[in-house]
Amino acid sequence: MTPVRASTGVEAPSARGGAASVAGIGDSPVRPDGTPKVQGGFAFASDLEADGMLWGRTLRSPHAHARLRSVEIGRAFAIPGVSCVLTADDVPGTATYGLISPDQPVFARDVVRYMGEPVAAVAADHPDTARRALAAIAVDYEPLDPLVDPTRAASVETPPIHPDGNVIRHIRIDHGDPAATGDVVVEGVYEVGMQDQAFLGPESGLAIPDGDGGVDLWVATQSLHEDRDQLAACLGLPHEQVRLHLGGVGGAFGGREDLSIHVHACLLALRTGRPVKMSYLRDESFVGHVHRHPARMRYRHHATTAGDLVKIEAQVLLDGGAYASSSWAVVSNAARFACGPYRVPNALVDATVVRTNNPPCGAMRGFGAVQVCFGHESQMDKLATRLGMDPVELRVRNALETGDVLPTGQRLTGAVPVAECIRAAVEHPLPTTSSDGWLERPGGAGRTAEASRVRRGVGVAAGFKNLMYSEGAEDDSEARVRLSEGVASITCAVAEVGQGFVTIASQIARTVLGCDAVVEPAGTVGIGSAGSSSASRQTWMSGGAVLRAAREVAVQVRSALAERLGVAPGSLTLTDDGRIVAAAAGEAAGGGRALDMTVAEAAGDGIFEATAVQRHRRTYQLDERGQGDADVSFVFAAHRAVVDVDTDLGLVRVVQVTTGQDVGRMLHPTQVIGQIEGGIAQGVGLAVMEEIVVEDGVVRNPSFTDYLIPTVADTPEVLATCIEQPEPEAPFGAKGAGEPPTISSTAAVAAAIRAATGVDVTRVPVRPWDLI
Amino acid sequence: MTVLAPTRLDDAVAALAADSSLTVLAGGTDLMVAVNYGQYRPAGVLSLRRVPELHDWHVEGEGSAAHVVLGAATSYTTLLDPALAALVPALAQASRTVGSPQIRNTGTIGGNLGTASPAGDTLPVLVALDATVELASASGRRRMPVSEFVTGPKRTALAPGELVTAVRVPIARGPQEFLKIGVRNAMVIAVANCALVLDLGRRHLACALGSVGPVPMRDRDAERWAEARLDWDGRPALDHALVDDFGRRMATISRPIDDHRATAAYRRHAVEVLARRALARAWVAT
Amino acid sequence: MTGATPTPARTPDADAGAVYQLTVNGTPLTVEGSRPTDSLLHVLRDRLGLPGAKNACEQGECGSCSVLVDGMLVCACLELAEAAVGCEITTVEGLTPVGAEPGDAALTGAVLTDVQQAMIEAGGVQCGFCTPGFIVAIQDLLGRVPEPGPLEVREALAGNLCRCTGYGRILAAIERVVAVRGNGR
Repeated sequence: MTPVRASTGVEAPSARGGAASVAGIGDSPVRPDGTPKVQGGFAFASDLEADGMLWGRTLRSPHAHARLRSVEIGRAFAIPGVSCVLTADDVPGTATYGLISPDQPVFARDVVRYMGEPVAAVAADHPDTARRALAAIAVDYEPLDPLVDPTRAASVETPPIHPDGNVIRHIRIDHGDPAATGDVVVEGVYEVGMQDQAFLGPESGLAIPDGDGGVDLWVATQSLHEDRDQLAACLGLPHEQVRLHLGGVGGAFGGREDLSIHVHACLLALRTGRPVKMSYLRDESFVGHVHRHPARMRYRHHATTAGDLVKIEAQVLLDGGAYASSSWAVVSNAARFACGPYRVPNALVDATVVRTNNPPCGAMRGFGAVQVCFGHESQMDKLATRLGMDPVELRVRNALETGDVLPTGQRLTGAVPVAECIRAAVEHPLPTTSSDGWLERPGGAGRTAEASRVRRGVGVAAGFKNLMYSEGAEDDSEARVRLSEGVASITCAVAEVGQGFVTIASQIARTVLGCDAVVEPAGTVGIGSAGSSSASRQTWMSGGAVLRAAREVAVQVRSALAERLGVAPGSLTLTDDGRIVAAAAGEAAGGGRALDMTVAEAAGDGIFEATAVQRHRRTYQLDERGQGDADVSFVFAAHRAVVDVDTDLGLVRVVQVTTGQDVGRMLHPTQVIGQIEGGIAQGVGLAVMEEIVVEDGVVRNPSFTDYLIPTVADTPEVLATCIEQPEPEAPFGAKGAGEPPTISSTAAVAAAIRAATGVDVTRVPVRPWDLI
Repeated sequence: MTVLAPTRLDDAVAALAADSSLTVLAGGTDLMVAVNYGQYRPAGVLSLRRVPELHDWHVEGEGSAAHVVLGAATSYTTLLDPALAALVPALAQASRTVGSPQIRNTGTIGGNLGTASPAGDTLPVLVALDATVELASASGRRRMPVSEFVTGPKRTALAPGELVTAVRVPIARGPQEFLKIGVRNAMVIAVANCALVLDLGRRHLACALGSVGPVPMRDRDAERWAEARLDWDGRPALDHALVDDFGRRMATISRPIDDHRATAAYRRHAVEVLARRALARAWVAT
Repeated sequence: MTGATPTPARTPDADAGAVYQLTVNGTPLTVEGSRPTDSLLHVLRDRLGLPGAKNACEQGECGSCSVLVDGMLVCACLELAEAAVGCEITTVEGLTPVGAEPGDAALTGAVLTDVQQAMIEAGGVQCGFCTPGFIVAIQDLLGRVPEPGPLEVREALAGNLCRCTGYGRILAAIERVVAVRGNGR
């Protein structure tokens, strides 16, 4: 176990040396795009421009549910500077798209199903002209009652609001003995509000028609090929004519897995014959992408008096909003992880995701596991109280280990350091009580705090989820490495969204080939899919593809060198740190000297290239009892939170969050710490301040004024221990680090608030009036 | 659209007199949001950036008649200046809670008054201090209490062609407190706020609440009730029951609403807590 | 026609406003073809080829557009561009290492300031969208307060949102700069 302290002012040291070369894996080299980013020269999708470019904007429904009787565009065309106005009639290919099932219209026809649903799009010479054009489009809406109650949506009596029906998916997990009971039973009902990814870079892209009926699109996204496939279908064009290129991405967190500006911008570009740029303002961004599914959960935990879990029953209802997006997969995650990282011999889980006229929901970091973690961890604390047990001891006692079987019947074969994560999280010293000024008290610079009314509480939580896609979804990633003139060039369609894939890809190539590496701009041309930057999968899948391709190149170089030297390739050894060495004198050419050079040096003037695909073993869809080997690998984490609460005002200050996280192996320690600190901040946000407020389907706070994300004055001290137990099947043994920090951090903060106030917190985000 | 940038106050007033459709621009932190989002298209702009007297402040009068006169374009950052903070501590406390450093460098007290949001953080302070606004137009100058200037949510008594030129704030001799509730430590619109001023010389208490009514809420009856019962000679000895009672009284004068930021019930409860804490803290302050 | 290198748009504009000059990074630049209601943010990005200031919210709520106007940290999105005539405007593109003059040809763009260098080295950059705003805000803070305490730093940067980093590595970068500058004194 390699502890890495992540508190401010302490550097994250490199992982232990050995195979790591300078700036290779295990080091923390600066990111290759760091310089342009600090200088302001890095081109985000919103920075792109082209000569003769027009600006596109989308007209969106103000109603959560309405009949769309007519859309009159004539007056918009009359505005000077307006080049094009499009509606549903102008979509040449498939009228709908979607990540899993194509249920979402490019432009609404006959009905709008959520506030913000696109109805039309315009292209004009200036964003302001485009805005005036939207205002000139006359839309005749007949408002309908919105379906906003997920419980009603789940009922067969409720008329469907979409041809595909109101129940997007129901999953039942039936594991062990359904009649089993425990001596001790605790129940609870829990709720998680709607969180938003709130990435800073607004949805943006630039579509440029090629003059031959095809189009190039630069866009901020999480998955280029996935986007391309949907986009091409809607444009009615073959893949070769729809070429996507990654525009710089300003964060994602799941909010860019679905199409945003893509079809609209490309249609406008193809129709006008000119480049078209689209970039959402923040209010449009808030309705222009999916959010985290709000959840209602009912749990019943059965245990022995000694504290062994006997059975967990859970009913989970997710509000998927108007269109399905990735709901089909999110609800499966919620079901599979509903019981938490514990040995549960019997389980009955019913998880449903429904369609409503609320804002569409889909992927957000944690993907269903976050919501159920709040449920199962609240329950574990309730159980600990009932049993008179320490909450940490209860969790460690029931913690999963390698070889255990999950409620899906899948046996855990990889590293499962649950107990280690929990112990590591609680091992960190508790913070001292500080009175160093208003900012360290609940209420901050508002100066509201009264010391005698502030209570401190500590809470613990643990969680887990899958790495990579599940239930048989295709997950492959392709990469090409080309070695020429002492530089390794990496081509891979990974969407770099800030997580630092470009850094570790370079490190991998450097480690294998012993030379500098560059990562080519990502796009769909000339390289196969890398899959999306999601599910904490890119290190394993695309890092793995880069590793494979680099190793193939090294093998090629060795063969070429062997041939030049007139020796058998087997007499030359490729080392772990990118070198080719030969056995002692006599085997190598040149007068008995031992051979020792980097692979890149050995390549000389030659050009070597290899393309490789990383796959993983097959996964299976859950059967009707929720049984199946649905996942490849799992990742675990635990958090401890310390909060101070003003008990009269219900204001919370999160003082410290510590974590033990299962990382497999750290390829870049500083980047891992960055994921941990960033993910914990998002978890804190969901616990105490972040919520998309929806009333009758209408979003009430589509702005940073009222959708509050933590500022630097809100984030706690973070101390992290990274637990390195290499994952057998993973390249380098490394597990993805992006999602674990969000899974149990929220639950830990909620538990700490309970401890501080004695209030039975059953929902997150916690509002001040919930606590008084 | 013209952008005028006069360098003298008289020219600014004259420009507004000649064209009352001009939009006055000081800090722009409210105006530009509406412009950026296409909600407002000024026909013409009168920028006050270059009018020095609007950015200056000075002290007038002496003793109990002493005032700070703040140019209307005084920024929140300037209000945090130690020299000013010593004269009007509650205004400095309020300014510290506004927005971010970027907003505080740019936003102005005149803008806070002109926007007249029920959540405006300087407004309860100005009302509690019996501050007055100075207005100028082609017809001349006039003054009115801030409590009369702010007439409703985002409504003021500003006449067409009129400019806020200054805010005159009495210098009270005694502790002041400003407390603000927000769910985040920075850049947050007040869920409720409270300004409390003690004038020890005159044995006077004033308390104004924000974000719990259409305008800052103040009640002279509650203040007189407290003034009569506070043991001014026994300060800092604190009568907790009296303080609690005061909090309850302030809560009863509030008229909060439910909105996406908070419930009315919470706001009513919150101002009770704020008022009692403000009084307790001010009472024992040295 | 290129995607990767931002260039000033040259589309003719019927509603174009006045022609005026802004002094940016020490250089007078002519603004043509802007709209009268354009913010300084729009003019910097769309007219003057300076896309460093970012458009995360255009409401003054995120700090991604932070610039210095007459030496003060402000949001460019809240400045009416034409009203900034006569002001000294500094953007991230115009920051130069300590001791250098703004606009120093040999240095502009070629050398990172100590704040920029520390941000990269400490891991304070992930997606980078907030980064230019932070760089300007940090340079401003350290220029006014050479050794700020931890709470002072947090309060000074509370107007700059970051969604990726959780701020930990950004604070670490600042500590690094303060320590090095302190040793150099």
